[in-house]
Amino acid sequence: MTKRRNLIALMAGTALAVTACTDDGADDQDPEDREIDEFPRSETLYTTGSAWEPPGDWNPIIPGQVTGLNGLGYETLFLFDPNAVELTPWLAESGEWTGELEYELTLREGITWSDGEELDADDVKYTIELGQVDEVPYSNIWNWVDGVEAVDDLTVRVSFSDARHQEWDNFLYWNQIVPEHIYSDRSEEEILTGANEDPVVSGPYTVHSYDQDRIAWVKRDDWWATEHLDLEVAPTYIVDIVNSSNDVTLNMLAQGDIDLSNNFLPGIGDLIEGSPELSTYFDGPPYMLPANAAMLIPNTTIAPLDDPAFRRAMAFAISPGEIVDTVYDGIVAEASPTGLLPIWERYYDQEVLNDLGWQFEPSEAESILAEAGYTDSDGDGFVETLDGEPVEMTLNVPAGWSDWEEAARSISSDLRDIGINVTEEFIDAAAVDDARVSGDFELIINNWSGMTHSPWSHYQYLFQQPVQDEQHEANFSRWESEEGWALTQELAATAADDPRYEELLSELQRVSLEELPAIPIWYNGVWAQASNAVWTNWPSEGSDTPNAYPSTWNEMWRMGSILMLTELEPAQ
Amino acid sequence: MGRYFRRKLLIYGVTFFIAVTINFAIPRLMPGDPVARMLNRHSVSNSESAAALRTYFEDVFGFDVPLWQQYLNYWTALLQGDLGVSVFAFPSPVSSVVLDALPYTIGLLVPAILLSWIVGNGLGAMAARSKWLDNSVLPLGYLLTAVPYMWLAILLVWSGGVLLDWFPAARGYSLSMQPNLSWAFFVDLVHHWFLPFLSLFIVALGGWAIGMRNLVIYELESDYSNYLQALGAPRRLVRRYAFRNAMLPQISGLALQLGVVVGGALVTEVVFAYPGLGSLLLNAINNQDFFLLQGILLFIVIGVLLFNFLADVAFVLVDPRTRLGLEGGQS
Repeated sequence: MTKRRNLIALMAGTALAVTACTDDGADDQDPEDREIDEFPRSETLYTTGSAWEPPGDWNPIIPGQVTGLNGLGYETLFLFDPNAVELTPWLAESGEWTGELEYELTLREGITWSDGEELDADDVKYTIELGQVDEVPYSNIWNWVDGVEAVDDLTVRVSFSDARHQEWDNFLYWNQIVPEHIYSDRSEEEILTGANEDPVVSGPYTVHSYDQDRIAWVKRDDWWATEHLDLEVAPTYIVDIVNSSNDVTLNMLAQGDIDLSNNFLPGIGDLIEGSPELSTYFDGPPYMLPANAAMLIPNTTIAPLDDPAFRRAMAFAISPGEIVDTVYDGIVAEASPTGLLPIWERYYDQEVLNDLGWQFEPSEAESILAEAGYTDSDGDGFVETLDGEPVEMTLNVPAGWSDWEEAARSISSDLRDIGINVTEEFIDAAAVDDARVSGDFELIINNWSGMTHSPWSHYQYLFQQPVQDEQHEANFSRWESEEGWALTQELAATAADDPRYEELLSELQRVSLEELPAIPIWYNGVWAQASNAVWTNWPSEGSDTPNAYPSTWNEMWRMGSILMLTELEPAQ
Repeated sequence: MGRYFRRKLLIYGVTFFIAVTINFAIPRLMPGDPVARMLNRHSVSNSESAAALRTYFEDVFGFDVPLWQQYLNYWTALLQGDLGVSVFAFPSPVSSVVLDALPYTIGLLVPAILLSWIVGNGLGAMAARSKWLDNSVLPLGYLLTAVPYMWLAILLVWSGGVLLDWFPAARGYSLSMQPNLSWAFFVDLVHHWFLPFLSLFIVALGGWAIGMRNLVIYELESDYSNYLQALGAPRRLVRRYAFRNAMLPQISGLALQLGVVVGGALVTEVVFAYPGLGSLLLNAINNQDFFLLQGILLFIVIGVLLFNFLADVAFVLVDPRTRLGLEGGQS
């Protein structure tokens, strides 16, 4: 086979002169690794679905890093285990609150950076203190952290002015520890915007090489977890490929050239049925684990969207089942009215759901509308506002996001069916961004409330105050709920094992369902389709396979996806 | 002659100035905020600290000064050869992002354009003289020109890449390969290059062939050809004159094509997942990456101007009338 291919290529090659040849990653690799010209297929894991841009950013401080930088390279103190819904120690051996306002971390012994230096308490102290620079993304911790002290080589003591348990937990598993001995010599500008080429890391892999459309990682010999946790990553090389079109990705997956694709591939359900080599987490719908909630965001500063009753009528009018089945062919799941991801199912308050939950029921929607005083007095088939003004709204989604376009069509037609005049409109993604930030919209869809260690992030997303002229990260509905925000802040400062935690969550569910600042519709998945041609034992629902989330997305490694690599087995 | 080129250079200078200004203006007229988009794409999680981060990046990219100041800064940087930092591929400099992609684009497009031009013109000129060739080349040429490129490319991937499995269906070189100076790597590179090259070659071929055939027929029927024939000149000589005259519009056409080469072949790059400037341009637009967009557009402007200038020079060399016309204009 190879011979025939080469022959044809040779014929082509002799006929034509070729100039295309680039080699840009070669000058900053470990000289030992550069010698191999070809990755052995049986030792290499090929992944895609994470990177959109050519690799060029190894800086763990600023956003936008190469695939695997946080996880394969840099590591966090804890991992978040989405199955057990708890933090598990990673670089840290343990961590506990030793006082009302004091937290003590113990590091594992004998962790080394890839340049041979020890990872110790000074590195952790340095990393936390880096947050005192305002532009570092986690600088917010210094609003409530008081100081940090390296007690001995392996012990770090952090003191707080305000013990924000949930936010501190977020720091523990979200932020990677950087090497002090490298970073302390750098200028602030270099730390913030430098490319940090040739990173010195603590994780199981180091950068091998990269090019326009790929980055390769190579396994390190002395990863600490081998000794401490008896874990060994299976692939010697990981090659992550910058996303290409769906056709190309599907093709490569079907031919076994890619082992794991974390792309959204419409119609994958049908394909899986016919290809025994391919697998997803669940054998049947929804195939994927849920990753975030797609919500309908009403602009609550304009009538009639400022009325919770009106929004409640909308919730009853929309059929999520229609979107799940016809738009997504069953690869997503209907959202719970609470909007909380299924990993939080244990906190769902059934009583609240019974009182205030909803399901697709157009007749109920119509009666809520009528009860709240919304009627069609001019006889055009659509209701007017309470002041008698005609209601005419648009639902904006980015043009070209075909699944969202279809979903928007479905939602608009559901709403028109009960007499709410909504038309879908597809505009440039950047224009949707502008509208969301400035508040110049009526209805949009947004899915930024994703998987984290605590529902606290979801309520922060819903209720954040104060509402400003430009809303960049949260509360796009611009709904001002004093109660919701007060509860959210209290939740931030409550430990997960405190009985108050669950009470707060119940109260927040009640507020969010009563006030309905946003309407949860469906859960997008952790898109993952794996080929079993070269690697097997992929995470799945089965009891004999691992349960880590099978994802290469940058935020997922620290949510336990790194453990997937330790469980993979070469196919026989 | 000197005056002719001086005038041309002046026109090119003014065009360059205007084009660069438009390069600056167009991205900034698009909706959206590049910094917000960059932070959103990478989901900065803590909303409390995001504001400081946003201000910082606006300063890094120089968006925090008035537009006229940004425009002056842009010219200053440009004249120093600094194209800025890409927002999309932050923190890579635009020049390195573009230069990394450029070899693929040039390696794919220049051979495709040149070879299709040479072969197409040859076929077209022959078709003009042979009934048999005319009956086969002409319909085929029309067919190839009329075929939607996207469809042809997908067909090639499917037949050559999937069905027959003779060629890889994607990428610039094998995923398992490391760029090196070995024979195996070169073969791999050519192997991946062939299908995208072929698709571009086939589609361009028809157009050149049809154009050349029509031009040659027109020239053969013109007065000077008839006059030459009446004088009893050999057919070969008449044809050579006709061919040379017919080449002139084709040379301008070639110059135009070569000029926009650096724009890349977007569809080719998407269908064959081939690296290059086309898909980079698309990403730059989608991510409001002003600097990358400016950088690529600048390369295109320079390319177009340069090849147009070369075409002007070529015209003067191959067509004595241009020279005479110039001198005639002087007297």
